Amino acid sequence: MALLGTLGILVAISIITAATGLARALSGDLTWLGLFAGAFAARAALTGALGIVAARMAATAKATLRKDLVQAAGRRGPAWLSGQRAGELATLTGRGLDGLDGYFSGYLPQLVLSVTVPAAVLLTLATADLASAVIVLLTLPLIPIFGILIGWQTRTATERQWRRLSQLGGHFLDMVTGLPTLKAFGRARAQVDAVRQMADRHRVATMRTLRIAFLSALVLEIVGTISVALVAVPVGLRLLSGGMTLPVAMLVLLLTPEAFAPLRAAGTRFHASMEGLTALDQAFGLLAAPAGARGTVVVEQPFTIELERVTVAYERGVALSDVDLTIREGDRVALVGPSGAGKSTLLALLLGFVAPSRGRVLVNGAELSTLELSAWRSRLAWVPQRAHLFAGTLASNIALGDPSAPFETIERAARAAALPHDLSLTLGERGHGMSSGERQRVALARAFLRDAPVLLLDEPTARLDVVSEKAVVDATLRLAEGRTAVLVAHRPALLAVANRVLRLENGRLLEEVPV
Amino acid sequence: MTSPRSGNLPGNRPDVGPRSGGLPGKLRDLGGEGGWRGFGWGPVARVAWAGLIGAAAEAAGVALMATATWLLMTAAQQPPITALTVAIVSVRALAIGRGGLRYLERLAGHDAVLRIVTELRARIFAHLIDRPPARGADALSRMVSDVDAVQDLVVRVTLPIVASGLICVAGVVAVLGFDPATGLTLAAGLMLGGGVLPVVAAKVVRRGAANLAPLRAEHAVATVDAIHGAADLAAYGATGRYEAIAARHADELSTVERSLARRSFALDATSTVLTGLTAAAVLVVASGRMSQVWAATLAVGALALGELTLNLLGAARKGAEVASGLRRIEPYLGPAEIRWERPEGSSIRLEDVGVDGRIEGVDLDLPHGKKVAVVGPSGAGKSTLLGVIAGAIEPDRGRVVRRGDGVATGLMADAHLFHTSVEQNLKLADPHATDETVMRVALIAGIDVASRYQENVGENGAEFSGGERQRLSLARALLAEPTVLLLDEPTEGLDPAHADEVLARVLKHAHDRTVVLVTHRLAGLDGLGFDEVLVMDQGRIIERNSEGWMRAHPA
Repeated sequence: MALLGTLGILVAISIITAATGLARALSGDLTWLGLFAGAFAARAALTGALGIVAARMAATAKATLRKDLVQAAGRRGPAWLSGQRAGELATLTGRGLDGLDGYFSGYLPQLVLSVTVPAAVLLTLATADLASAVIVLLTLPLIPIFGILIGWQTRTATERQWRRLSQLGGHFLDMVTGLPTLKAFGRARAQVDAVRQMADRHRVATMRTLRIAFLSALVLEIVGTISVALVAVPVGLRLLSGGMTLPVAMLVLLLTPEAFAPLRAAGTRFHASMEGLTALDQAFGLLAAPAGARGTVVVEQPFTIELERVTVAYERGVALSDVDLTIREGDRVALVGPSGAGKSTLLALLLGFVAPSRGRVLVNGAELSTLELSAWRSRLAWVPQRAHLFAGTLASNIALGDPSAPFETIERAARAAALPHDLSLTLGERGHGMSSGERQRVALARAFLRDAPVLLLDEPTARLDVVSEKAVVDATLRLAEGRTAVLVAHRPALLAVANRVLRLENGRLLEEVPV
Repeated sequence: MTSPRSGNLPGNRPDVGPRSGGLPGKLRDLGGEGGWRGFGWGPVARVAWAGLIGAAAEAAGVALMATATWLLMTAAQQPPITALTVAIVSVRALAIGRGGLRYLERLAGHDAVLRIVTELRARIFAHLIDRPPARGADALSRMVSDVDAVQDLVVRVTLPIVASGLICVAGVVAVLGFDPATGLTLAAGLMLGGGVLPVVAAKVVRRGAANLAPLRAEHAVATVDAIHGAADLAAYGATGRYEAIAARHADELSTVERSLARRSFALDATSTVLTGLTAAAVLVVASGRMSQVWAATLAVGALALGELTLNLLGAARKGAEVASGLRRIEPYLGPAEIRWERPEGSSIRLEDVGVDGRIEGVDLDLPHGKKVAVVGPSGAGKSTLLGVIAGAIEPDRGRVVRRGDGVATGLMADAHLFHTSVEQNLKLADPHATDETVMRVALIAGIDVASRYQENVGENGAEFSGGERQRLSLARALLAEPTVLLLDEPTEGLDPAHADEVLARVLKHAHDRTVVLVTHRLAGLDGLGFDEVLVMDQGRIIERNSEGWMRAHPA
């Protein structure tokens, strides 16, 4: 910031020097042109330097925020990230923060200049011609005042309009995305006109907003140009009467617009920079993530896991209520019940992704929240409903829990999970190109490699076709052998793994179904 | 909150029959053949008009400074005041005129471009009916934002170039007429600042974008991995490792951004230096050749014109930025002629049908009333087969014979719920249906919509769960009452007991209609009265009954 300020002051000095040189040269003494050219070049270089410094600040701020946001996501944990939040956060971390460029490279340098340049111009004018200085001093504040007044008057109106505009804009994407459906029901042709009408309504609404929004630009523009007229005409009349010298008059004329230029530039860039500031606001809100209390207790095998009257309430409702359950070493518990009954929540609870709203989760008598979480999780192998596949090789995806695992171990895990692929295969974003079945088998291979005593399986065969299902069921049977397991199951084939079957409905543990 | 978009599926207007699709095949009102890509001369004239107003605004700005200079220089010679009256009035008028003209230009420019975008959206939509884009929501949303590139092209590229360019040229011409040597000096300076530098700037932007794009993509992938994969990372203790990868990519991105900023601001500085040098050169050249009053006036005018070259620099940069978006929508800019027709036929026969890379050698006879189930692994070509039957996918080989009246449609793999009410979404299939009918059919599909009938389903139906969305789409398919009912995984997201119940109800409702059901669940098909169970694998029908399949893969 100090550097920005110094550069701002130097720019102001070079502007005054260049104007002085030019005013003298225009008055007839061309030897002053050298000073003008030199000072003008210095002004250009210094303004460029100001921009570069600001852009560096933008780049640094973005990099720092990007790192911090990803870390904050890690601190908040998967439960918080579920749903739309993950997508929003990923967008914010990527394109959202790019909006900061508008603030740093566009707005900030002009903001600095709109302090230093008007001040320097006013000082110079005051020593050269007090009357002109007074005119500039009186008109200069009109820019921020009008800017604020108009902005304040129109903000609520424009905000309402913008909300509506974005909805109208979204209509087109909605229609294009749904085009196959429209065709299927013979509605596509009729919608061409609907799209046109919608876009036209979009235009009319936009124009209504713009008529007001451009008013502030109009005021900024007019105040700047009017001040030139306000200064030039009296100065001309005083020249006429011999009350002023030509170099001073020219200096006043050349400097007056310079006083307004940075304010105008800052004003026009203010809106673009707001987008960046909104992103910044959002980022700071997310960064204020509370660091979860770290437990220290380490438990050893054999494990006894107990749920004591556990209730888990989300914003959208209760997922589990008053569940009592004891899982002993060697138990292979299958959870059945309709979707939304709280089966996945029970697994998330054991993983430490969610904390009970009421009740306690105990491992060997110690509350789960007091455990050293990474040590506890290293004793678990989790196969989620839909595993995330990472950009990178298939081998690195399988070795997620142990990147230093020797290749033979990874290969063995892949074979055990019936994964047919070459392990050096490189996956695209989010494992693009892998089918649901292959994805599940990668997740199973991860679990095989983990070789943990407790298995948590969340419907490993959901959404699989019959061939894949059979491969996954077989692999699951092999994996569960000799381990403690909690598995969510829909399909009868998987129930063969279990020695206990529990039924969950509406968040309540209903009954133990005999195997 | 009621959405302003409710009721915006005008296909649901009662005056449009369920199978009318009755617009003329050619979209005649697209503006004829003249003008820019058949948009008609209207938009071109509007943009030109906005450009002229913009030019007038810029002219007023240049003239303001030049006139004020002339005023002061003349006043210094202490002529009678009458010699200055015109200049005084002009200065005041130009001061007000410039702002007013800019305001008018902005409005005219935006109105012109929004009219173009309106037409463009309709055209793109019409084009997409015949030529669906490659799969993926990403391609679609990019296309939508590419339309905005047209907006930027007009407002931030064309208009500034027209306005600033016109005034630069006009300024040079005027000075050339006044004094050729001074005019040539000015021309040389403006050519460098307004011609050469913008070309260089555009090149820098293009190269910068080429450097940044892969880095941005890598950073995006790393971020997605760290955030969307958070649960997997936490469970497997790999959070720190992947955070470090994302951080490394953020740093790489930052390094390149800094070097690009250096180049960009260096160009700006060069442009400013050129402006100063041009003004100085004009003053030097003009000083010996005319009165000091005019030499000074032209020098200050040159300074003001030089500032316009900064606009040209900005326009060139923006132009380079939007170029790739424009190239992507290029094929969709022309007038659209919709050839697509939903094919009619109550009895459908597929003969040796093939679709490149999807299905091959498929024979299927669907006489009226036949009930067929298609099973097989994902990627076997089941959904493609349904698409061919519906007429949504044109086969590359073989032929499809359709006889009789009626349509084949239903719940397809790419079923979409529109961002409007439940009612509107369901009535899309039959605008004439009564609310009672809609709710009764929804119950058959296994969803009670009575309490949420007017509720907005959200973007892509986000307000409903995956299973509920599937059942809404199923209800809509039933409501359409097609002659041939196509069902692609209608019970996905339901647990087996519910799924069997719903399927049984749906088939009972379908009564003697032709039904083609695609499913991966072989279990539960018994006793539903299917005439044939096709087993597909790798794009081919490998079995035409269920028994062999059942033996090989007991559930």
